[in-house]
Amino acid sequence: MSTNVARVLVCLEEVGAEYEVVNIDFQAKEHKSAEHLARNPFGQIPAFQDGDVVLFESRAISKYIIRKYKSAGEAADLLREGDLREAAMVDVWTEVEAHQYNPALSPVVYECLIYPAMRGVPTNQKVVDESLEKLRKVLDVYEARLSKHTYLAGDSVSFADLNHFPFTFYFMATPHASLFDSYPHVKAWWERLVARPSMKKLGATMAAAAAGIKQA
Amino acid sequence: MAVKVYGWAISPFVSRVLLCLEEAGVDYELVPMSREAADHRRPDYVARNPFGEVPVLEDGELTLFESLAIARHVLRKYKPERLGSGSLEQSALVDMWVDVEAHQLQPPAGAIAVECVIAPALFGRERNQAVVDENVEKLKKVLEVYEAQLVQSRYLAGDVLTLADLTHFTIMHYFMATEYATLVEALPHVSAWWKGLAARPAAKKVAEFMPLGAGAPKKQE
Repeated sequence: MSTNVARVLVCLEEVGAEYEVVNIDFQAKEHKSAEHLARNPFGQIPAFQDGDVVLFESRAISKYIIRKYKSAGEAADLLREGDLREAAMVDVWTEVEAHQYNPALSPVVYECLIYPAMRGVPTNQKVVDESLEKLRKVLDVYEARLSKHTYLAGDSVSFADLNHFPFTFYFMATPHASLFDSYPHVKAWWERLVARPSMKKLGATMAAAAAGIKQA
Repeated sequence: MAVKVYGWAISPFVSRVLLCLEEAGVDYELVPMSREAADHRRPDYVARNPFGEVPVLEDGELTLFESLAIARHVLRKYKPERLGSGSLEQSALVDMWVDVEAHQLQPPAGAIAVECVIAPALFGRERNQAVVDENVEKLKKVLEVYEAQLVQSRYLAGDVLTLADLTHFTIMHYFMATEYATLVEALPHVSAWWKGLAARPAAKKVAEFMPLGAGAPKKQE
């Protein structure tokens, strides 16, 4: 399952919204069809439709969903937009995921899982080693942060934490998962996240989808 | 206490923040830092941004990093209409086009600007034309999408100027100093949108901090 699609689904699950996933057939180039381009002019996934509202870009979609279902109880404050300081912290760590964490971690996922499964190419160990080196430095910062706060933006879970789920879930299926053992607060944070019902449910779907790809 | 921004204004990420402060009419102080002297790696700076990058913003007790997080904070606090706040759909469209800038426009336009303007002026090397050519092809396709959108609305997220538009200014200011500015000039709606952005007093002020960008007097060869 696309990590950007998973990002949106985590948020839908967290707010308890009803939703339907409509599959887009990449093999058949459906993402480049006129019908899909009308939803996402860049021909990518996900796209999203809620009545007359049509959106693309997974973070924009996710925030729309969170704001719409804001009154839904615990899921309420994943963006904290009622408090300037807290909202800013959510934004900071959401950007950090995109600009620091993901660029360091995702190449390991691509080299160890995705490229071998989908392109039949061997792992480029040099890329993996360089990425792990970068990731260690990023995790140093995360360890310091998470020793002071239970979650990245403060003491309850937020959109910033959720954004880390899809790629980290796949990272834990690579041979390098044990890297997190050296960062006890990061590891504990990750374990708190994946214990959430939304992530247990999505994790099962993602694992099943990955198994399906390997066999294809 | 005035807002403080740390960084070098020549960085389009630092200047993106300055643009938002200017647009919101906020008093601020730019604390000068030297990239050459590696001020961003000093412990007192890393205490503000543990990733050791610019910009950082201090607003009272709040210390923030990541230019888009800073931009959102400034607008949320001082000019929330620039975020589409209060409207579910409008705020989503703003978020969408902010991400489009980051994911679709900035990579190719930024690469072209680096190769054609920044590398020769600051890194002491000539452009890599193969990199330029590859990114020109990508950017053409991206700009077609922008043209289609700007036929429908005056600004990217609708008929009101928002962060979605403002976030484009500083990277494009460098891009428009290259000969590939013609890619924008060839598209009537993108061109008009760009000119409107660049004509804003806040944009003109910030452009003064980025002398390598568009509109700067060219060196005499």
